[in-house]
Amino acid sequence: MNTLLELTQVGIEFNTAKGSFRALRDVNLKIKQGEYISLIGHSGCGKSTVLNIVAGLLQATEGGVVLNGKEVNEPGPERAVVFQNHSLLPWLSAYQNVELAVKQVFKGKKSRAEMKDWIEHNLELVHMTHAMHKRPDEISGGMKQRVGIARALAMEPDVLLMDEPFGALDALTRAHLQDSLMEIQRDLNNTVIMITHDVDEAVLLSDRIVMMTNGPAATIGEILDVDLERPRNRIELADDPRYNHFRHEVLSFLYEKQKKVDHTTSAVKKANTEKKPAVKPVNEKVA
Amino acid sequence: MTIALHNMPWLEPVVKIAKGENVSQNLQTIIKSVGIPLAGILVFLMIWHAAASNINTSLGQFPGPSDVIEQSGNLLSEHNEERQKAVAFYERQEKRNADRLARDPDYVAKIRPYTGKPTYIDQIGTSLITVLSGFILASLIAVPLGIVIGLSANLYSAFNPIIQIFKPVSPLAWLPLVTMVVSALYISDDPLVPKSFVNSMITVMLCCLWPTVINTAVGVASISQDLKNVSMVLRLNYITHVIKIVLPASVPMMFTGLRLSLSIAWMVLIAAEMLAQNPGLGKFVWDEFQNGSSDSLGRIMVAVITIGLIGFLLDRIMLMIQRFVSWDKSATLR
Repeated sequence: MNTLLELTQVGIEFNTAKGSFRALRDVNLKIKQGEYISLIGHSGCGKSTVLNIVAGLLQATEGGVVLNGKEVNEPGPERAVVFQNHSLLPWLSAYQNVELAVKQVFKGKKSRAEMKDWIEHNLELVHMTHAMHKRPDEISGGMKQRVGIARALAMEPDVLLMDEPFGALDALTRAHLQDSLMEIQRDLNNTVIMITHDVDEAVLLSDRIVMMTNGPAATIGEILDVDLERPRNRIELADDPRYNHFRHEVLSFLYEKQKKVDHTTSAVKKANTEKKPAVKPVNEKVA
Repeated sequence: MTIALHNMPWLEPVVKIAKGENVSQNLQTIIKSVGIPLAGILVFLMIWHAAASNINTSLGQFPGPSDVIEQSGNLLSEHNEERQKAVAFYERQEKRNADRLARDPDYVAKIRPYTGKPTYIDQIGTSLITVLSGFILASLIAVPLGIVIGLSANLYSAFNPIIQIFKPVSPLAWLPLVTMVVSALYISDDPLVPKSFVNSMITVMLCCLWPTVINTAVGVASISQDLKNVSMVLRLNYITHVIKIVLPASVPMMFTGLRLSLSIAWMVLIAAEMLAQNPGLGKFVWDEFQNGSSDSLGRIMVAVITIGLIGFLLDRIMLMIQRFVSWDKSATLR
């Protein structure tokens, strides 16, 4: 299969009040059509920055991202994002939230009735048809994230970008949503980049796990091929030696090779908190 | 029923008692929610009465609560008399016209408008129309301006000093300028509305713009980055972004501003009417002051209380509109 998405020598530097801060360097990654990639690493290692560069929400200082032979330099629905905290518009119902995306992407391509069917189809995929006319504050955290996924899927993206999609959920809800996601993946075979903190989640869902070194100036440390056959079942895999081997690989990368030292933690944390209000990427395009 | 209750929370325990639920506890709720404010008002009336009887002015004693009630009655009956006079005036005209038409079929009947002096009620009406015109005009400018400068940090920095400088300017300072500009530009043989009305309206507008501009801009600027990211990923254009994301997200702050603006508008209006001689409550107070009869102070006190009550009502109406417009029905608005 051909390469769908390619990151070449991507690096980014933020201008902070205390001079520039290099978050990423030399990130190289080729992703094939239909691949499920997980990005894993300690907090502050720049996983989200990679994702935001692919999404176009941040602009790389060096290198670039090419999707389908075209360079990425602004956000767009062909790179739909599932945000960590769902980011649904609180004044719209689940249906209207998906509708906003569908109307924007399929304006002039689908009729009114087709759009309605498409919205309902996507809510069906995430099992949300029973509550589709409820507003976000009337449904649980897991349901909100389902709607967030439905909204992203409804854009028919080339790449689905997920920023710790299940990070804010309790373990049971998370497992439930992971199963739903695998089910959807089996049918649609989307290309996915997912950020996660959860080793089990990474091994269970991914085709490849991209492990990142600690920041500052983080980059890709190792890439692990997870060639477990699909469909995968979490209960069967729990006893599978290969599954445990992959887990072991990731864990040893995170806790032996990239062991977090306390002073770096605090330094990175500081840089991260500063990054939000005061810092802008060097050539940020979007205000 | 539920809708009515929603707007009148103090009625809820009354309904519960009527249903026979938990009578003693609900009675306590009523006493707390109605009785205590009533007691407060009663104490105030007593202090007012006692103080008023000890203040002597050149126009007689300072009006106490009883004078106010008396003068309210007088103002109402004057209004009714005036209305009856007007009705009688038109009846006389119609009768005379009918007589003339009977004698001379070619006669073109004319009805002359009644030109009696405006009553207290008429003056309240004029004041309300003026304040609402000024406020609506201000909102039409302030909300879009607030959105535009809230969306751009640079525009905000550019406008902020100007806003901060004009915000504290008193209506009395604006009025002479407004008067001169209006008399220079608003020239018409048959003006749609009198100049004094335009003067008051524009003064009100100039003074009540700022809270809405500032609050809307702050509300727009504080929209969460997540929602802005959603908008960018969807590539919403400027207008769709404003309608779908910015407006609903900033409604609470916008209304905070609008309510501040309306209360300022109402305060400013009284001063503007005094000086611009626009027939409204402000002019009423001024005329009574100039008139200097023994009833004047009482009548002015009636106006003071009317002004307060109307200001309070206007704010409640804005609150109701906010409840209706806001998407977050669970938010407590006060």
